[in-house]
Amino acid sequence: MILTKQLAVLGILGLTTGLFTYGAPAPARAAETAQVVKITASKFHFTPDRIVLAKDQPVTLQLTSADRTHGFMVRAFGIDTDIEPGKTTAITIRPEKIGTYTTICDHYCGLGHGGMKMTIVVQEASAKSSAAPVVSASNTVSK
Amino acid sequence: MEDQRDRQNRIDRRSFLRIAGTSIGIGVLYEFAPFLERRAEASEMNGYFKKANGEAPASFTFAQFSDPHVGFQGPPDPLGTKAFESAVALLNKSPQQPDFVLFTGDLTHDADTRDAHAQRMQLFKKIAGGIRTRAIHTVPGENDAALDGGVLYREHFGESHYSFDHKGVHFVALDNVSQGSPQVGPAQLAWLKADLARFPKTAPIIVFTHRPLFDLKPEWEWFTRDGDAVMNTLAPYENVTVLYGHIHRHDVHQSGNVKHYAARSLIFAFNDPATNENKKQLPFDKDDPFKDLGIRLVTSKGPENNPADVGVNDIVLTKAEFAGLSGIQQMIKGNNSIGGSSSNDSD
Repeated sequence: MILTKQLAVLGILGLTTGLFTYGAPAPARAAETAQVVKITASKFHFTPDRIVLAKDQPVTLQLTSADRTHGFMVRAFGIDTDIEPGKTTAITIRPEKIGTYTTICDHYCGLGHGGMKMTIVVQEASAKSSAAPVVSASNTVSK
Repeated sequence: MEDQRDRQNRIDRRSFLRIAGTSIGIGVLYEFAPFLERRAEASEMNGYFKKANGEAPASFTFAQFSDPHVGFQGPPDPLGTKAFESAVALLNKSPQQPDFVLFTGDLTHDADTRDAHAQRMQLFKKIAGGIRTRAIHTVPGENDAALDGGVLYREHFGESHYSFDHKGVHFVALDNVSQGSPQVGPAQLAWLKADLARFPKTAPIIVFTHRPLFDLKPEWEWFTRDGDAVMNTLAPYENVTVLYGHIHRHDVHQSGNVKHYAARSLIFAFNDPATNENKKQLPFDKDDPFKDLGIRLVTSKGPENNPADVGVNDIVLTKAEFAGLSGIQQMIKGNNSIGGSSSNDSD
């Protein structure tokens, strides 16, 4: 019951701030703060189109749309959501498995929709990433 | 006193739904003998349907066409509506006309403007209108309905989800595209639950929709977001078949009591998800223009057998069908008669 209330509060906060985090926060390691990665969707690509995350490190993906509703689906992380223009959709995850994951837009957005995808790479925290804007990573989906 | 529904529920599931079918090329022609007249339980079910809608169960045939993408311009396919038109001509040669034809989405290819899209829908209706059959039932694909919430689709084809009974089989059309996101949605799920509630658990039910209702290949968009909720709604029913399109290739999948059949497209085929990382349209082959737009023949082994024991003939179309040189009987007979080459699968 307490948990439910906490989740409800989180939900309300998310709605009132325009920032919504699914469910409970990633299992906490004290003093561990999720890094933030901003991803913008627009017809027919994500920016950036590749990010590198560190294994076992929490990260919050802040998703926005520059034009119309898009989707953001990466089944390996249990994420499948719409990104609506004018809102920020925030999802906190803690990636637990090293690998390369394809993320697709699964909300039909026009004739170029089929090619709208990006890549999420998860690697050891100590590894140097050649790519990406952000990065230190995360994993468990706090969805 | 035994409740009538209880009696209906204990009817042996083998009494129904034999996909006896036959498939015709490019589309799929199913033949159903939903009830075995000589079984006592069947006569009970006959009575149920007759009382429910005035129509007694009987054997019948219907066809499934999918994904003609009218308006699509290659590559990979430079032939436009040629395969669609050939499929119509082929079906019309059959001495046994189907009672109706189901189209499982992407009737048209998306267009840049509303007017251009409307013209494609008109062209679709013109070609489909040439089919010698009594009725055509459609569901939308993303290309038809996902950008405008299905407004234009409904103007041309009517509601995007509905149900009807036909000779002892209940058909349900599900729309899993017009909300933009790949889902049926809570309202349609509630409607589905209510729609099915009047049927006994043994009633033969055929669901037709565009996208697969299970996770066939999510990263290729071959799934429905709330497909599990749909399948949970269908789970209590013992004789359910799902027919769908979207993936532009043959596939058969069993989940619980439900068997899912994907139909080939009428425009181009996609590659095999089991052996490829990325989804790709298969290239056009000028020497084999209908390649991978083959046909499927599904044949009942007869009423004495278990309906799950179904014979399937898949026939890959060749130049002969492209040139209109072979008829449907030649294709159904298969066995490498003029044009088609056939293979037997058992599903």
